[in-house]
Amino acid sequence: MSPLTVLITALSSLGSNKLRTGLALLGIVIGVAAVISTMAIGRGAQEVITSRIQSLGTNLLFVRPESTGQNTPSTLTLEDASALLDPVFSPSVAAVAPELSTFVRLVAGRENTFSQVVGVTPEYQFVRDYPVSSGQFISAVHVQNVSEVAVLGSQIAETLFGFRNPVGQNFRVNGRQFIVIGVLESKGGTSLGNLDNQVLVPITTVYYRLDSERMSTGDVTVQTINAQIRSLDEMDSSIQEIATVLRLRHRLSGDDDFTITSQQETIETLEETTQTFVIFLAAIAGISLLVGGIGIMNIMMVSVTERTREIGVRKAMGAKHRDILYQFVSEATLLSLGGGIVGAVLGVAVAMALDGRSLGGQTFQTGVSGDITLLAVTVAAVIGLFFGIYPAARAAALHPIDALRYE
Amino acid sequence: MAELQRARMLIDLQNVTKVYSMGEVDVAALNGVNLSIRDGELISIMGPSGSGKSTLMNVIGCLDVPTSGRYVLEEQEVGSLRDNRLAEIRNRKIGFVFQTYNLLPRLTALANVQLPMLYGNGNNAKERALDALDRVGLADRASHRPAELSGGQQQRVGIARALAKQPSLLLADEPTGNLDSGSSEEILTILKGLNRDEGITVIIVTHEADIASQTHRIISMRDGVVVNDKNVVADQGGSE
Repeated sequence: MSPLTVLITALSSLGSNKLRTGLALLGIVIGVAAVISTMAIGRGAQEVITSRIQSLGTNLLFVRPESTGQNTPSTLTLEDASALLDPVFSPSVAAVAPELSTFVRLVAGRENTFSQVVGVTPEYQFVRDYPVSSGQFISAVHVQNVSEVAVLGSQIAETLFGFRNPVGQNFRVNGRQFIVIGVLESKGGTSLGNLDNQVLVPITTVYYRLDSERMSTGDVTVQTINAQIRSLDEMDSSIQEIATVLRLRHRLSGDDDFTITSQQETIETLEETTQTFVIFLAAIAGISLLVGGIGIMNIMMVSVTERTREIGVRKAMGAKHRDILYQFVSEATLLSLGGGIVGAVLGVAVAMALDGRSLGGQTFQTGVSGDITLLAVTVAAVIGLFFGIYPAARAAALHPIDALRYE
Repeated sequence: MAELQRARMLIDLQNVTKVYSMGEVDVAALNGVNLSIRDGELISIMGPSGSGKSTLMNVIGCLDVPTSGRYVLEEQEVGSLRDNRLAEIRNRKIGFVFQTYNLLPRLTALANVQLPMLYGNGNNAKERALDALDRVGLADRASHRPAELSGGQQQRVGIARALAKQPSLLLADEPTGNLDSGSSEEILTILKGLNRDEGITVIIVTHEADIASQTHRIISMRDGVVVNDKNVVADQGGSE
């Protein structure tokens, strides 16, 4: 029996019972569509996370104090930050931007809100890529003079001042009068918090005016030093350089009192988390694919029983064991392949329909992947093949006389 | 008949037995059958139910193998062949006509006739199938499905299907069992015609004496053995 004949025979037999064929397809259709749309949502979420973290700036290393206890002051200072710019000991560091943040109460006219203020230096603007949309950024003079000036995130600016131009306006931070000198361009939210809700002030102002914790040495402490390195390829040596400088400065011989993480690591950690979640969802979708396969097996068993006489006639006409086997296996495979293709179309359609829609405050971004789609369809076909073999083998093993006598 | 005596041996059964085991008990359906059939004969096998005539038919048709004894079909020992070789022999040498026609309901008459050609030489399948339908007078019904045909017409499609591969042997198991007398006569005429005009060996299993009497040789079975094997003077147009 030629492959083409096998195919035509299988198609004509599937076509002769359309309702049953449709129902058998359904399981696989749903399974494949679920796998594809789940993976698309997962991939979309990953892309969002990666792009948001990359929007923090590029080639970043984050130096943070190793927390030794709940209320111990930070071990990193403003001096540490400027020391990292040393061209001899740490040549790979391009720029540093220390930051120190705290939560404060903001009052502007009748508006009253809590927000995070981040104490920064002028370099912050470039290292973290925060262009101002109007006004100016915090200058070195502001830092030196402990000025009570602020640059607002676009959203907090709107919250405090509505449609008025915030630049030049006064507002109160923990009771102290601050003047708005600039507004940042919108960046959108991240899983790490909404960047448009930040208030940036000079780092010295946070330390001396807003924060209660002070170090006995009088040095300005910082929570994070954002270090921008010249190239991602030098990341490992950059980490070594920074660590060496800080160890020397802190006169450490044992454990470090700081940690250095890279932006890349942060992305990878978050991506791993998302990945685990997506795999979990896809596994559930995969189970529905398996259930679809069992559905096909069920239908094929019924079909074999129902067509026992047909099998007998075919055998009497000279059909060999493998002719009958191929006939039923190809029916099962066609069934699942067809279901897989319909499911793929449906899954891609669902993913595209969800793209950009928001559900429960979360905006979906979906990324349909050709590999996953192809894989899901192939797996569906293989499942059909696998679950079709047993019923087909039963059909092929029927004795022609018994099959012909079957009522 | 002298001509037939000289014709080559088509089927030779020697002491053939067939034992079915029904759980604990063994039932002998064939109990030592000796039978020779020459090319071109028109034979009927008669006997009450349980006489072993269906089993004999299955063995001759290579649907089943004997438990013991020798079965030679066209100089080939087939008693001990494997299933797939038997399938090939059925495909090439034997045409079956069933009491219940056994046409596939979703296929057209033409596709039904083409069925045996799926499993063997499929060259010019359509032409050969159309030719076979023409020989049973149903060329104009080629595209009809079995449900759209009368019983007699369905059986003629069945005969066309058996004929399409030019078999050496046509086995008809109660071919008129489900038909009225008019259609029965029609079917019988076709089978006789195929034997007379094309020299095809035809074996008809029947329990109706008037059908048997139209064949040239009647083999009677009882309890798994041949109890009577006689030549009949038939209406051979005076050739006897």
